[in-house]
Amino acid sequence: MGDLGTVAVQEVTIEIGGAPIAVRSESPEFRRMLEGRYGGFLSPDSQPVFEFDVELMPPGRITSQEDISVRLEQGRWLIERGDLRAEWDQNAKRGRIVQSANPYSIDVALRIFHSLMLARKGGLLVHAASAVRNGKAFLFAGVSGAGKTTISRLAPPDALLLTDEISYVRREGQHFVAHGTPFAGELARVGENVQAPLAALYLLHQGQENSIEPLGHSEAVRRLMENVLFFANDPELVSKVFETVCELVRQVPVYRLTFVPDERVWELIR
Amino acid sequence: MSSAYIARATDIAARALGGEMMIMSAKDSTLFTLNPVATVIWQSADGKTPLATIVKEKICAEFDVDPAEATRDAEGFVRDLAGHGILIVSEEPINTAKPVQGETR
Repeated sequence: MGDLGTVAVQEVTIEIGGAPIAVRSESPEFRRMLEGRYGGFLSPDSQPVFEFDVELMPPGRITSQEDISVRLEQGRWLIERGDLRAEWDQNAKRGRIVQSANPYSIDVALRIFHSLMLARKGGLLVHAASAVRNGKAFLFAGVSGAGKTTISRLAPPDALLLTDEISYVRREGQHFVAHGTPFAGELARVGENVQAPLAALYLLHQGQENSIEPLGHSEAVRRLMENVLFFANDPELVSKVFETVCELVRQVPVYRLTFVPDERVWELIR
Repeated sequence: MSSAYIARATDIAARALGGEMMIMSAKDSTLFTLNPVATVIWQSADGKTPLATIVKEKICAEFDVDPAEATRDAEGFVRDLAGHGILIVSEEPINTAKPVQGETR
């Protein structure tokens, strides 16, 4: 029998925050790259809640656009950036990603997909490191340079690092739970695929001594809103994010954590 | 302006938290925290009650303030929030006020 022209589908299922997402392409190399990058978050036996077909293009063949655009058009979400074009229909639970075979584009697509999914469900992606200690999760939020990588690097052996860059917070029942993510920052270390109830949120400042100061509700809401990753210009979802931030601040204590960059800071995190 | 009617815009999110009212414009994500007097004006902005009545019956009745000063402050507050699209101001009654959300503690 001659060649029928069929191509084997290369599929991996990546489960972040309890949401398994199937990513399909025709490239064994791309599949192997995904398996390497998302190793601790692969979930081949899970039933995907969403499926993406990835079409691989040579680098530089997509658009010259540098800024990212995320928008909803006629029921379909669209992401456009120079290295990436993604679109999906939330109701059909299927989408398509066009990108070159690099790990950064798929990472961006997954982050944005999760941020939109979480927004609808009362969760958040936060520009924060996070860790689990004594069965409780702690978030350390701040802009670049605030100390997320530093506090992650200083974490003691009994602390499980969930991420040094992008924290995943889900509403589960009436409470907030932090999950590990493979979205790494400068530490270039994939987080542990574990979860724990969120016990506290710290806003990081490096200083001359270690101290913790509780924040009032309105300042906590403002500061947390500044650190939420949300890209879409969608008033309804923006309102949902605000509601979620308010609810999180109502439930979870928020502190300003000023710290000297050495391991003693972790004596305050328990 | 005090004879004008004021209404809460619909494309905003508001939440009372720990005794403070926080409002966010869904258009540009600008956040406002209202003091107790401003919160009363916000909660009374039903589109049917003139600002002058709100000042007289709510502000002056609940807070120990001079009526002329309360009117000036209220007009400034309304102008500020209207400028951000948070409040709607009209010479006629307005039917589109967003319902006040209950406080969560």
